[in-house]
Order: sequence, then structure tokens, then C-alpha cells
Amino acid sequence: MIELVSAQRCVSCDKCVRVCPTDVFESGPGGIPVIARQSDCQTCFLCEAYCPVDALYVAPQTHPLPEPADERRLAADGLLGSYRAALGWGHGRTPGAALVPPIPLRHETGGKS
Amino acid sequence: MWELIDNGAGVVQGSTMTELAADVLVIGGGPAATWAAVKAAQAGADVVLADKGYCGTSGATASAGTGVWYVPPDPASREAAMAGREGLGGYLADRGWMARVLDQTYEGMAELAEAGGYPFPLDDEGRQRRQGVQGPEYLRRMRIRVRRAGVLILDHSPVTELLLDSDGAVAGAAGHRRQEDAAYRVRAGAVVLATGGCAFLSGALGCDVNTGDGALMAAEAGAVLSGMEFSNAYAIAPAFTSVTKTAFYTYATFYHEDGTVLDGAGSQRGRSVIARALLSERVFAQLDHAGEQVRQAMRLAQPNFFLTFDRLGIDPFTQKFEVTLLAEGTVRGTGGIRLTGSDCATGVPGLYAAGDAATRELICGGFTGGGSHNAAWAMSSGTWAGRAAALHARRFRGTTRRLRPAGTTGLRPSGSPGAPGEHREIVRAVQDEVLPYDKNFLRDGSRLAPALAALDTTWARARESLHGTGRDAVRAREAAAMTAHARWMYSAALARTETRGMHKRADFSRQDPFQHHRLLTGGLDNVWVTPESAAANRRAS
Repeated sequence: MIELVSAQRCVSCDKCVRVCPTDVFESGPGGIPVIARQSDCQTCFLCEAYCPVDALYVAPQTHPLPEPADERRLAADGLLGSYRAALGWGHGRTPGAALVPPIPLRHETGGKS
Repeated sequence: MWELIDNGAGVVQGSTMTELAADVLVIGGGPAATWAAVKAAQAGADVVLADKGYCGTSGATASAGTGVWYVPPDPASREAAMAGREGLGGYLADRGWMARVLDQTYEGMAELAEAGGYPFPLDDEGRQRRQGVQGPEYLRRMRIRVRRAGVLILDHSPVTELLLDSDGAVAGAAGHRRQEDAAYRVRAGAVVLATGGCAFLSGALGCDVNTGDGALMAAEAGAVLSGMEFSNAYAIAPAFTSVTKTAFYTYATFYHEDGTVLDGAGSQRGRSVIARALLSERVFAQLDHAGEQVRQAMRLAQPNFFLTFDRLGIDPFTQKFEVTLLAEGTVRGTGGIRLTGSDCATGVPGLYAAGDAATRELICGGFTGGGSHNAAWAMSSGTWAGRAAALHARRFRGTTRRLRPAGTTGLRPSGSPGAPGEHREIVRAVQDEVLPYDKNFLRDGSRLAPALAALDTTWARARESLHGTGRDAVRAREAAAMTAHARWMYSAALARTETRGMHKRADFSRQDPFQHHRLLTGGLDNVWVTPESAAANRRAS
């Protein structure tokens, strides 16, 4: 679920408010969007993909985390903006879609119906 | 262009009704909806597209990556593509529809590359490989195409009900603009339902907007469902997370908690073994069959698959991680609104259906494995529905019809209205019957019958008291739609006393040659199921 809107990084474009498919954010006082309905977050990571300044962090767990996100730690671990980078979105990047190699299929040997 | 009828100020705040008029209203915002909107606009229609979320991020495809059933037009390849899946689908697919979808998909992918600018990867000879798409990139580009076609996009505008004219033809829809907290209506000559399937808020990736709204609205207008017994798809995901990418688990070994191998488990045919184990124990996986080249390819193909692992600090190739199965209902199952013509008509004048909202039996029968048929179907059926809707709508240009709302349960309680928030209890009651593996996945009449009885009780309660205003009206309708969907599913599942496609009955474990037909279902207060007659079958083809 969405765990962080970095006030330091946010440029108040409200893009996350617009693009979240489940309407989790609301425009906040002072221009920083607030996480208004965290329980509606479907952990699709798309707000991160659209955020132009890597100000958002979606934790992979589909339940809220007990502790608030540690922004410095996330930044140090390279996790802020990692999805946008992998998609190749953002100025000067190559779209990740253009880099997808063929994946050889594996036919399972075991298994029964 | 589309126009504002009684309010020139654009979207209004507060309680005022926004009223729009268009030739074609497309409901939904995923692949089928965007193709329908583009094609209707190209056919000369003024188009409004209303999405529950944001067109570009909504739906099962936007957050995922998917293969596409893209087969070059040489007869041998096409024949193999069609023949390869007929048995899995229980021989309920239709060769005519398959051939049309293969043609349309081939054409559509070329259009996506050329007009849409989709950056397909290149092969060694510099030719584009068009066998798959990355969801975020695909839908971002489709949104751009929709806008460039002159379509008015209403984001965050869930439709709550259809509007009918005095002849019972669909002539628009009403809904709620949730970011403005305002009601709206769109009058239209024709409506395309591209609202996706129903995954019952299971948490499967990107599927929380897919609550079966289109099927409920179609049924209220008089349309019929088909293939609803094919609704027990479950996807593998790391426990307590959202990212379902079952295809990658062909590289997995599945384990008991003590580290011993779970015999017979697999991502394809052995998924029921995992489901059975999960009823009583934790199950773990490790992608230990993936070599270095495959690992790198996976990472490039679907980066969000690795977000989960990277952020949990797990190396899925060398470490065991706990897994779960998330219900995908009719998102990956093939049931949906029955189509009565090759133009994706539904039998209700003015109403068309496309994508997962429509039955995919026509090309898949009773089974879909990966997403590639689903992607081909969305693109093709969206194209046809959009064009047909544009054509149908022409006759209503310049006319104003008297409209009445078609919504029932969740909007207009038959008894005393219940407490606000009742939708939560309804949703939980439905989930209790459709999510458990021993009810929906591992089907048996002795468990399906009481589950259906409980759902009937939930429907009766919802019919009497469920309602809401504003945002809550949308929630109430979602709850009603999920209840209806579940009842159609289990009614059809009980009627099909055999095993066919993904529908596997423990108490009828064989395919029965006398049930080699599709099952139609419908009704709201009284649900019915009937075999599709041979004559109707031919007409649908």
C-alpha cells in the first residue's frame, strides 16, 4: 500500500490525485497531496510510475505497515522511483517496453489436474 | 462534439447535475474501452468515455504486462493457434470468432505500433516483436489516442446505472463524479459496456475496480450472461502482496513449510494442489528452475513483479517465499455478458459489450490460461463494439428521448433503507462465499448449494435495504453487482454437472458429452440457467 508522500520531493502537481485508479489521494493543504483513503489502495504501484519527482513509495504489502516509512532509508536503498526507472519513464530514458526480451517458455514436468 | 445540455459551465460542483449528450458513451477505461472509444470516434461519433478510476491506470491490464494472441496470417500458424486451445476450453469456443479475433488483433497491433507509437522491442533482424505489451505503457498510449480522437474522458466517474428510453433501448447512463462529489448523466445513442470482469475485491493486481458493474447493469436492461460457471480463476502471488504473475511460476518449485517439495503442485495444472494445501498449511515457492538468462528476461519483461521481492528483500530465485492464491473471478475466467451478434451487440437495443465484461467463451471456451487471449479479445471486441455503437447511434442524432433509470439493487431499496456502510457487510458476505478455495476453486455440489443459498439471502437483504449517496452509492452498487455476479456464477456452476474447462466439479469429475453446450444465465431476483440452443449458437456465430 501507499506509505509515503515525500513533502521534500513533491512539486504539488497533483498528478497522483488524478491517476490513482482507486482515488486514494486528495489535494492537501499547502499543495502536498494527502493519503486520504489508504485502505482503498490496491498496491498497483502506478502512482509511483506517474510521479515526476519520485516522491511516492508503495510498500508491496497489501496491508498498512505498523511503522511510518523511513524516507532516508528508502532513498538510500534506491527504492524511491525504482519502478519509474524500470519502466523507462522520465526524461532521457528508454522506454522499458522497447527492451523486453523474449522469455523462453518452460513446460512443467510435474503437476496434475 | 459532445455537448453540455443544461449547464455550460463544464463540470459543476456540489449537488448540481451535470448533463452531457453524445452519440456513444463508453463505460470503462481499460483496453476494450479505449479501443471502443477510438473506433467509435473514427467512425464519426461524438464519444464520451466514463471511467470509474483513471483511464490509463484502471483495470487488470494497466498495472500488469501481458502476452497478446498475435499470430501472423499464414494458414498453418493460424490453424495451430486455434486448435491448440480448443480442448482446454472444453470445445466451447467458436472457430469463426477465433479467426476474426486473430485477424483483428494482427491489424490492431500494427495500428498500436504505427498510429499509437508503442515502442515494441526489435528482434535480431530489426523487426518489431508484437507478441506482448507492458500494461502501463500500452494504456498510457491508448489514453493519448483516445484524447487525440476527440473523445471526452470523464475520469473518476463511476457509472451507477443505465438509462432506458420508452422502448427499453439503452440511451445513456448516470453516475457520480467522485472527485467533485457531483452526479452526472450522459444521454447517448448507444452505450458500450467495457467495465471488465469481477474479481470480488480479492486484491489481485489492478482488479479492485473490477466489481462486475457492467454485468449487473446489462442484466437490469434485459441482457443475458453466458459462461458464468467459468469464473474460478485464481492467480499465484507472494503472500500478503498484490502482484500476480502466474506465468513466471512455471519456473517455480512449491514447498511445504518444512522445506519438502509439495508433490504435484505447479502453476498450471497443479494449481489445485496448491489450493488444497493452502486450506490447511502455508505453501512456499522458489523460482529455482530459472537460469540467469531467464532471470534477466523476467526482470525486463515485468518490472513490477520484482518490486515486490526487491522491497521485501527476497531473492525469489534462491530463497523460498510464502505464496497465496488470489481470486480473479471473471477477469481471467471467461464468463460475461452474452453477445448476440458479431458486432458485440447484447440483444438489448443500443447496448454493446466488450473485453472482460463480455463473455470470452467465443474464443476461449471455458478456460483462459495466460492473458494473451484476453488482450486480443479486448482489442478486437472493443474495436467492433465501438464501430457498431457509432453506427447505431446515428439514427438518434438530433433527437431527445425521454429516459428512465434502470438501476435496482443498491440504488432503490424495496424496503426501509439500511444503515450507511451496509455495503461493507454485503461485500464481506459475498467474499465469504466466493473467495474460499474449497467453495469456488475446488467445486463440489455439496458446498456450492449452501454457498448459493447464502448468496440468495444476501441478495434479498441488499434488494430490500442497500443504498447510499455520493461515494457510498458507488460502493452500494459495487456490492450489489458482486452479489449478482456470485449468484450467476454458482447457479451456472451447479447446473453444469460435469467437469469442463476451468470448471472442475469433484462430484462430477468427467466431461459429459451431453453437456457440450454453453450455459446462459440471467435474472436478478430469480436467477435462471438454461443451455444455449443449437440455433441460438449459430446466430451468435
